[in-house]
Amino acid sequence: MFDEEGRYPVTSNILEMRNITKTFPGVKALQDVSLEVKRGEIHAICGENGAGKSTLMKVLSGVYPAGSYEGEIHFEDEPVEFKNINDSESLGIVIIHQELALSPFLSIAENIFLGNERQKNGWIDWNATNLEAAALLARVGLRDNPITKITEIGVGKQQLVEIAKALSKRVKLLILDEPTAALNDEDSAHLLDLILQLKEQGITSIIISHKLNEIKRIADSVTIIRDGKTVETLEVAANTISEERIIKGMVGRDLDNRYPDHTPHIGEEVLRIEDWTVHHPTDHSRVVIHGANLNVRRGEIVGIAGLMGAGRTELAMSVFGRTYGSNITGKVFKDGKEIRTHSVSEAVKNGIAYATEDRKRYGLNLIDDIKRNVSGSALGKLATWGWVDANQEFVVAEGYRKSMNIKSPTVAAITGKLSGGNQQKVVLSKWMFADPDVLILDEPTRGIDVGAKYEIYTIINTLAAEGKGIIVISSELPELLGICDRIYTLSEGTITADVPRAEATPELLMQYMTQEKE
Amino acid sequence: MSALSSALKYLTSQLRQIGIFIALIAIVILFQVLTQGVLLNPQNVSNVIVQNSYVLILAIGMVMVIIAGHIDLSVGSVVGFIGAVAGVLSVRMGLPWWLAIILCLLLGAVVGAWQGFWVAYFGIPAFIVTLAGMLIFRGLTQVVLGSTQITPFPDELRSLGGGFLPNLGFLFGQLETLTVVLGVLATAFLVGQAVRQRLIRRRLNLEDEPFLWFVVKLAFTGVLVLAITFLLASYRGTPVVLVVLGVLVVVYSAVMARSVYGRHIYALGGNLNAAVLSGVKTKRVTFLLFVNMGVLGALAGLVFAGQLNLANPTNGNGFELDAIAAAFIGGAAVTGGIGTVTGAIIGGLIIGILNNGMSIIGVGTDWQQFIKGIVLLAAVAFDVYNKRRSSGR
Repeated sequence: MFDEEGRYPVTSNILEMRNITKTFPGVKALQDVSLEVKRGEIHAICGENGAGKSTLMKVLSGVYPAGSYEGEIHFEDEPVEFKNINDSESLGIVIIHQELALSPFLSIAENIFLGNERQKNGWIDWNATNLEAAALLARVGLRDNPITKITEIGVGKQQLVEIAKALSKRVKLLILDEPTAALNDEDSAHLLDLILQLKEQGITSIIISHKLNEIKRIADSVTIIRDGKTVETLEVAANTISEERIIKGMVGRDLDNRYPDHTPHIGEEVLRIEDWTVHHPTDHSRVVIHGANLNVRRGEIVGIAGLMGAGRTELAMSVFGRTYGSNITGKVFKDGKEIRTHSVSEAVKNGIAYATEDRKRYGLNLIDDIKRNVSGSALGKLATWGWVDANQEFVVAEGYRKSMNIKSPTVAAITGKLSGGNQQKVVLSKWMFADPDVLILDEPTRGIDVGAKYEIYTIINTLAAEGKGIIVISSELPELLGICDRIYTLSEGTITADVPRAEATPELLMQYMTQEKE
Repeated sequence: MSALSSALKYLTSQLRQIGIFIALIAIVILFQVLTQGVLLNPQNVSNVIVQNSYVLILAIGMVMVIIAGHIDLSVGSVVGFIGAVAGVLSVRMGLPWWLAIILCLLLGAVVGAWQGFWVAYFGIPAFIVTLAGMLIFRGLTQVVLGSTQITPFPDELRSLGGGFLPNLGFLFGQLETLTVVLGVLATAFLVGQAVRQRLIRRRLNLEDEPFLWFVVKLAFTGVLVLAITFLLASYRGTPVVLVVLGVLVVVYSAVMARSVYGRHIYALGGNLNAAVLSGVKTKRVTFLLFVNMGVLGALAGLVFAGQLNLANPTNGNGFELDAIAAAFIGGAAVTGGIGTVTGAIIGGLIIGILNNGMSIIGVGTDWQQFIKGIVLLAAVAFDVYNKRRSSGR
């Protein structure tokens, strides 16, 4: 087979990265990493957080310029050296980062051509911009008007806009960093289908993902990176590779059980919510939660399953100090007595804690250290007459660092520099220090690697064993099935079922999660 | 050797805090040479302290506001407004000086509450609220004064601004006794506190700064306080306003470092959403922050009017800029969440010594402004550079 210029390709590989070594002051982030991607395939890269996946992609896309690393990159059989992202994009290598880089108050079309404007002598050609944008949107299966503002479309659609933007740059190699991390199952499925369609159009993709079922579904091969080194490349297409096999490569050990054993010791009811109705914070006529009833008993781990937009986080936050919503009605009972939870401090005083799904935005003070984050929700416990005992704070935080296995040499380390798993442990420590009776955990393992997930599950079990009531909100059904004693399903703001562990199957839960209002 | 290397390693980790201190010392040495010794002559040291006192008072409140992620542009106008009111109360109405002071501080709290209300509970950005306040209180200053000046002020208010503690006689023939006693007590307090904290940390087995560094820092602080004591004692003694300032620095440093309230300020400046979800009453914290700024602005207004012995419609013009510059030179972050009271004080001193030194050697106000601008930019650029270098991947 010949390429466009009539040359015979030397290899079938579109990309070869050879012996890449990248050091940062004090750390070897990548050591002798090699990656071969075949023309037209979907190539997955997986590895634990901090293994070096993102660093490798930054080397490839020119974020780290040639010269700042050792090793060679060959693209379409030519050695290449990128000084910046523009260099790599001009050859058709486009990276879509995990945190979407769209400008919220510009339109879809403006975003697609941002930095690459359709113009005549410095003046924007709006007709060309919107027409070409519409054509690109059709290719990614998005039917919205190109003049719609980014703020007006959901995360799933924003991801598609990013891909349309990549297509506008005549992409040959598309790199997607955790593309479905923020998407619900439906949007994820749509996105994965789109990547398969692009493959048929001849676009090669590299996909970084934690989600092994996705890798199995769409990838042709998978390269596993561990501790900055290439471990192996496996052919997935042959369908002989099990998820357990991939996990083994990632963590370097067999994970017979992804969920720790949990024998519930269920006691008295600790929290009950009755007839809980919540309206949208700005659009007061919209009901977000309809008359929800639920309860948790001591020692019990209760799950809340629902598709994105079903109102899971909204339900939790409206109970936790009414931090979401308006015109809230309903009752909250704690140990059988009705309580007020109108502010966060009232909720905390009544023994309710909520660990957010978005720890960077809502959970941590990223510019402050571990100890001050840990003490943040219960500083009063360390204070007399308003004065904090900083030494005692140190002792407390040090205790959590050891018991929670937070990987940092000192509790004076800045939380912004920790990995996702360790940040989540800091968030959990913070709420454990507040010593609540009910702990609501919203997506406790989002963006965390497999090994750290197991640790988080163990901590959740320990908390339940101490007699606390735990509510876990999760998008991942296997996770809920793996750790919960009972699962509520939420659909469009209504609790549709209360399923005990023994009866729960993914199919049954999904059926209740998609049940429409009668 | 290992003690030395661990001390050095600690030193580099604390580069920003030490850097600002070294910058101050370098500037002092530079101007000591350029002014041929005038800068550190006892009378001039006394002058520098007195003449910068009101900016330092403002800088304390300002750095707290900045740590919370806000800004206050109105403090210069508040200084003018309170000075005018103090003149009306104590001169035109003839109220006793102490009553005038109390009423002025209360009025400062009301001014702060007014601005705090709009920022905290109404949600208008502090930049806008205090820009409006800058105009409002400058206007009110002129209304209160009726386009005239008020002078002279009662002796007590004048001594708050520019007076000295009573002279209790001399030691060794030339050193003023009370100043020496205060200086020695202050040194003993600083050393005692530091040693006590270190012992507690030792007992709890907490990590701490290296011993060598601890000793060097303590010795340096002690020598510095004693040197200033010596200089002041050989002139006219302790300025009243230095005592006020000393108390404010100690109290506010403690509030920011050790009180629940201070922690809440850092928390909401570092991540407002996380602070709300941790149960911090962020609106109340913000409101009180502006009330506090108002009171400190009023105090600065009293000190300044007393020092000039004059309430004038232009009193305090542009002070907000010096206070803001002091906070940023002292290491406060534009995005909030980072900064210290001592940093702001050192930042304020750097500006004050630049002003003083350049005036002595005859640099015009045009070039003084230029150089201060460059210093502010350099300090923040140094911060940004450091942050970029330390944030690894």
